[in-house]
Amino acid sequence: MARAAIPGRLTWQAGRVVDLVDETARCKSLVLELADWRGHRAGQHVDVRLTAEDGYQAERSYSIASAPEDTHVELTVARLDDGEVSPYLTDELRPGDELELRGPIGGYFVWESSQGGPLLMLAGGSGVVPFRAMLRHWAADGRDVPARLLYSSRTLEDVIYRQELERLADDGADVQLTLTNQWPDDWQEHRGRVDPKLLAEVAWPPHQRPLVYICGPTGFVEAMAETLVQMGHEPAQIKTERFGPTGT
Amino acid sequence: MDALDGNAIAGPLFEHFGEEMTTTVGTCAHCGTRSQIAELVVYTRAPGTVVRCRHCANVVMALVPIRGELRADSSAFRMEQAPDEP
Amino acid sequence: MLGGPGRVMSPVSRGFRGRRSEQVEAGRVPPGQYITRDFPVLSAGPTPHTPLEAWSFTIGGSVDEQVSWTWEEFIALPAETVTVDIHCVTKWSKLGTTWKGVSMDTLLDAVQSDAEYLTAWSDGEYTTNLAREDVSGGKAWVAYEYDGEPLQPEHGGPARLLVPHLYFWKSAKWVRGLTLTPDDEPGFWETYGYHNHGDPWLEQRYQGD
Repeated sequence: MARAAIPGRLTWQAGRVVDLVDETARCKSLVLELADWRGHRAGQHVDVRLTAEDGYQAERSYSIASAPEDTHVELTVARLDDGEVSPYLTDELRPGDELELRGPIGGYFVWESSQGGPLLMLAGGSGVVPFRAMLRHWAADGRDVPARLLYSSRTLEDVIYRQELERLADDGADVQLTLTNQWPDDWQEHRGRVDPKLLAEVAWPPHQRPLVYICGPTGFVEAMAETLVQMGHEPAQIKTERFGPTGT
Repeated sequence: MDALDGNAIAGPLFEHFGEEMTTTVGTCAHCGTRSQIAELVVYTRAPGTVVRCRHCANVVMALVPIRGELRADSSAFRMEQAPDEP
Repeated sequence: MLGGPGRVMSPVSRGFRGRRSEQVEAGRVPPGQYITRDFPVLSAGPTPHTPLEAWSFTIGGSVDEQVSWTWEEFIALPAETVTVDIHCVTKWSKLGTTWKGVSMDTLLDAVQSDAEYLTAWSDGEYTTNLAREDVSGGKAWVAYEYDGEPLQPEHGGPARLLVPHLYFWKSAKWVRGLTLTPDDEPGFWETYGYHNHGDPWLEQRYQGD
């Protein structure tokens, strides 16, 4: 069996920033135009590299927040106060600037409509970013697949893509939020961390074999994966992507 | 500092091996556990990147940038051919 | 440099400076290093958490007689407080760091050995190799306090090696002992291509430098 190679070489290329979108107080989406982009699959990421005048470089990975069907490649960046790269991307970058990146990268944490479902996405904080790509792709090409997102956020103000998630819910995706630190007095959705009880309500039963994707900080991802396995879900049906510190 | 997983080194691995590697399955030479590279435990904040088996925590791979070129030692992770894409 | 031999130049990211703060007086910082006010945590594996009741420090290998201290015995040894600059091979340097610990001279005086090298070994199976002369004559310590406080686990506590005149990967975190050796035996990072000696002033980052 030959190794499955993804077409296209992985070379660094310069993208042009065409727009910057404020998502929350701390998160900003970068809308990029790339000359040499051959498409991507929802869930993949890019590596971004910054170079200072004296040659100093810093590199970080960002999930692609846009679907393959979208016109531009979008990244969503959460600003870490003591970060080295994120404050530059959220505070300094302007339309017209160039951003060096390589991608798309990743063959494990991807979902294409041809894979079917049901599709269960569990997001911790900015772990929701690759799921926006998956849901946009689902809306464009996969609505026959039942799709559900459980998104855990500290506060309502930290919820990224809130309006868009509501539109996706109107399209038939099941979007559920849980707020862990603070919620409005009249909050009707879930409160508190995702615990086994909530997960049991939200997850399809194991015999329905949902495709499960979990993304967020390491602690969140591992707690979710462990609970699902204890509930009887096959480990092979669960895909995980751990993010570094994001402050969400 | 929390460890990440093999997704975090997908780019460097592609750079080194010339193709997408996160779905590549291999066996830990220390304990025999079989896993995809995406499932391994990855420490990126070090003089190099250290990759450990999720089951026994022994080092299965190390990626070290030597004079700007990435060297990879994956001798403790016995790779099989990657499965076909879905 | 924007690129080494054969490398395509990266475009400069307008306005990007990175985490580095202003430079200091020439000669204070080794070549290729940047100053940081943080204390970055670098690690090759999970943080060990050996309870102090189980902790010991052992010097063995090419010695007449192995010697070992419990934690209580170790902190009863004569200790010094030193302020030093530290330099990581990943290019950050931190100036004026203060540590308290036992001098390696005190520890090595407890054994008889002609061996010219040693391997420091740590919880978590980390090792690094050093020449005896690099840890003698007031150049190295086993430190258990940083900045006046007990050394935190993420920074190598309860005790770490401190060899500030070499790149900081040689200052093994979670150190538990030394093995004296007749020959220089590459440790963890050295086996992967880092330099056996590691002098930041000569930029000895990699084998062959």
